[in-house]
Amino acid sequence: MTINVSMTVNGAQVSHDIEPRMLLVHFVRETLELTGTHWGCDTSNCGACVVRIDGQPVKSCTILAAMCDGHEVATVESLEVEGQLDPIQMGFHERHALQCGFCTPGMLMTTRALLDENPDPTDHEIRVAISGAICRCTGYKNIVSAVRWAAEHEAATANREG
Amino acid sequence: MATIENLPSPSAERPIGFGRLKRKEDARFIRGQGTYLDDIRLPGMVHGAILRSPYAHARVVSIDTSRALAHPNVAAVVTAKDLETLGLAWMPTISYDTQAVLAGDKVRFQGQEVAFVIATDEYSANDALQLIDVEYEPLPAIVNARKALDPDAPLIRDDKAGQHDNLASPTWEAGDEEATNRAFAEADTVVSRDIIYPRCHPAPLETCGIIADFNPQTGQLNIWNGNQAPHAHRTVYAHVAGLAEHMIRIRCSDIGGGFGNKVPVYPGYVCAIAGSIVAGVPVKWIENRTENLVSTGFARDYVMRAEMCSKDGKITGLRVDVIADHGAFDSTAQPTKFPAGFFHIVCGSYDLQASHVKVKAVYTNKAPGGVAYRCSFRITEAVYLVERMVDALALKMKADPIDLRMRSFIAPGQFPYETTTGWTYDSGNYAETMKVAMDIAGYDDLRREQREKRERGELMGIGVAFFTEGVGAGPRKHMDILGLAMNDGADLRVHPSGKAVVSISAQTQGQGHETTFAQIVAEELGIPPEDIEVRQGDTDKSPYGLGTYGSRSTPVSGAAVAVVSRKVRDKARLIAATMLETRPEDLAWEKGRWYVKGDPEKGAMIEDIAVRAYGGEPMPEGMEGGLDAQVIYDPPNLTYPYGAYIAVVDVDPDTAQVTVRRFIAVDDCGVRINPMIVDGQIHGGLAEGIGIALMELLSFDAEGNCLNSSFMDYLIPTALECPDFELGETVTPCPHHPLGAKGVGESPNVGSPPAIVNAVIDALYETHGVDHIDMPCTPARVWAAMQGRPEPPQ
Ligand code: FES
Ligand code: FES
Repeated sequence: MTINVSMTVNGAQVSHDIEPRMLLVHFVRETLELTGTHWGCDTSNCGACVVRIDGQPVKSCTILAAMCDGHEVATVESLEVEGQLDPIQMGFHERHALQCGFCTPGMLMTTRALLDENPDPTDHEIRVAISGAICRCTGYKNIVSAVRWAAEHEAATANREG
Repeated sequence: MATIENLPSPSAERPIGFGRLKRKEDARFIRGQGTYLDDIRLPGMVHGAILRSPYAHARVVSIDTSRALAHPNVAAVVTAKDLETLGLAWMPTISYDTQAVLAGDKVRFQGQEVAFVIATDEYSANDALQLIDVEYEPLPAIVNARKALDPDAPLIRDDKAGQHDNLASPTWEAGDEEATNRAFAEADTVVSRDIIYPRCHPAPLETCGIIADFNPQTGQLNIWNGNQAPHAHRTVYAHVAGLAEHMIRIRCSDIGGGFGNKVPVYPGYVCAIAGSIVAGVPVKWIENRTENLVSTGFARDYVMRAEMCSKDGKITGLRVDVIADHGAFDSTAQPTKFPAGFFHIVCGSYDLQASHVKVKAVYTNKAPGGVAYRCSFRITEAVYLVERMVDALALKMKADPIDLRMRSFIAPGQFPYETTTGWTYDSGNYAETMKVAMDIAGYDDLRREQREKRERGELMGIGVAFFTEGVGAGPRKHMDILGLAMNDGADLRVHPSGKAVVSISAQTQGQGHETTFAQIVAEELGIPPEDIEVRQGDTDKSPYGLGTYGSRSTPVSGAAVAVVSRKVRDKARLIAATMLETRPEDLAWEKGRWYVKGDPEKGAMIEDIAVRAYGGEPMPEGMEGGLDAQVIYDPPNLTYPYGAYIAVVDVDPDTAQVTVRRFIAVDDCGVRINPMIVDGQIHGGLAEGIGIALMELLSFDAEGNCLNSSFMDYLIPTALECPDFELGETVTPCPHHPLGAKGVGESPNVGSPPAIVNAVIDALYETHGVDHIDMPCTPARVWAAMQGRPEPPQ
């Protein structure tokens, strides 16, 4: 049995006939072939799969693709716009906030959402925001620093432009 | 001819050579464009799934696959019977044992592989697992290593001829028993402890898996598989499948962390290869998280008894007796001649009078493994033991734990120093490193704060650990794995454009090889790192070598890259001499350029030398064209990084929750090629150490059910459990490494658990009399210890 789901993914309208039980993470990775979104656990603990649904960071392994019908989904592939990296991507590179890179897409989507909500988070607020996500490589210190880099970079840009 | 002004101008941001160069590999990862195993799809590819045993020990009475085979999307179901016809029912382990690929006679641990389903998609393959009917006859299980040798213990390995008990190894010894007895007889203080280093798991964020693609027309087997030692894997597959090595190609692409978990060959790999041979199409198999935790390479599981003694305020002797739990099949990772890995580095950083160490291994009904988890061959267990014992001794002597260490350290003048168990430490200045850590921590102030807090009923602990590791295995005169020398290759080609490709046999799992190894070539040849491509992880495109684990990338592969670069530089000198019409001995080198001594304006840049090497003009007499070289590096000794770690913890008196408030890590890993990457490695290892000390545990009930089979119960630290690490460094170059580097990846994981546990005990000893606790220091276990009922982990 299949059902039809339609949603906006990274700004483009998509429509596919899929099994009703298909998880969003599999829809994104297998059906849409957007493999930037990863998975690392079976129990909603690791956050490697975080995408944004209508702006909210969501673990895409914990929601059925069918539940996203009519919604807007954004994956890590959406961050770079016309060759311009998002400041959060730049921050991760500047501050060495990734090693194997497997958690990175989820971390980027989670922290981008944080900065949209709270442009000037404290270190503790950053740690709370990423506490649903596991990074096995970095010990988190540089991720916190990367988010601060992005926040400061955005504030400086806003000042220049404002 | 280029002159000195044309040298690209290096800066702190963009060093040509060593320095904080931002990583090259980031560009794809921050865009979500890495290529991890599960991102690869091949035309016609099918998916595998494994049926696993629910029992820890049971006879397999029957397996009925007919209902699964009737599933419309299922292509095949493979069982032990099918593998037997291919001669693949059992496979060798890296410890010269055998392991069942699929269980035929018995299952020996919960989660053991029983059948392999191949279907058009992953969902169908998993559906079909439910349709396989297996009848088991449960047997009593052994989960406690101490009971494995009881006379009435059920025999686990009845498949092995001549095996009448659950002993997995003979007793292995190091040191001098008599001299140790003497040291204890002469001692003025003796302490003893039973110490368990519990079973834990590397749990990289990306689980293990494989894509196997056998082409029946050509006989070529293509494998995609994130593993830490592709060349060694290929040799194993060649032996097992009876194929020539050149008919097998392994590609690793990007790997989402390894930490030792991706060293072994797993049954799922063999099943996927067999499946592809049988089905004639590519087979992908990727394990889920539970499969990763319950069946792939665990770490540690050492049950230890130790005694330590002192005389005149200095540590003098150590006696250790270990039972190693190897699980149902012995696939622990160790060089052939070191049956307990490098455990005998247990003498630590101290100038002991004598030591004696005994280790024996047993089989239990638990998953096989005993691989490292960011650790060189049991050094983690050894360091944990010795650093816990030093603290136990300090408690009894009423000495400050740092003072006791300072008094007992091997002195700088004693290097090279041969330990009482036979290692030759090459260099060190331990006291200096300890002092740097004390300064960063503000040790005296911390002790003052602790006293004040105690008066207010608050529980604060300060824990110290000082470790010496032996990494970079290793010299071929001393060590091999499965008969393969632990050497690494490097192949460097400088192209006519002056840009270069260096191929290495190490394999990154996140360590940043693409950047660091380019920096080594840049340092040696002066070619900007962005013009140097690092190739790895493809057995067709890289020289033979044993891969990345045991902190061996920089000590062995890094040395290979330095040596190969110098070979190219030497050749460049001869070519430059011809170009400059002078003698080679009249030339001097500066980064990127040979110039005439006494006339520095007159010189040849490496890129101009490259043009000449490939161009039409004559080469020096008798020299071949081209600018390239290849080496296989055989390290003369292990390298011995060391470090001083201080943990500051708070224990909640009401909930027994331990919080690591500060962690100070001062590492001496010799010369640092990219200090940014080194710091990152240390951060990551410290987080893992916090996990092991406080949260991570693979435990089992009496029936052998694994109680931590998902991230719901196998707890990995998040950003909230990790403090803002404080790092420091000292630099004592390794005397025998061409760059003076020693390796660092594992140090933080080795050094941090004892520092944290020592801190927990330091918080609780005066007020609650707690003088021992085993990891992990969960609230429940700390609470029990505070009530005077410590519980060993099971
Ligand atoms: S895959 Fe782990 S939380 Fe989604
Ligand atoms: S960078 Fe490897 S898991 Fe985060």
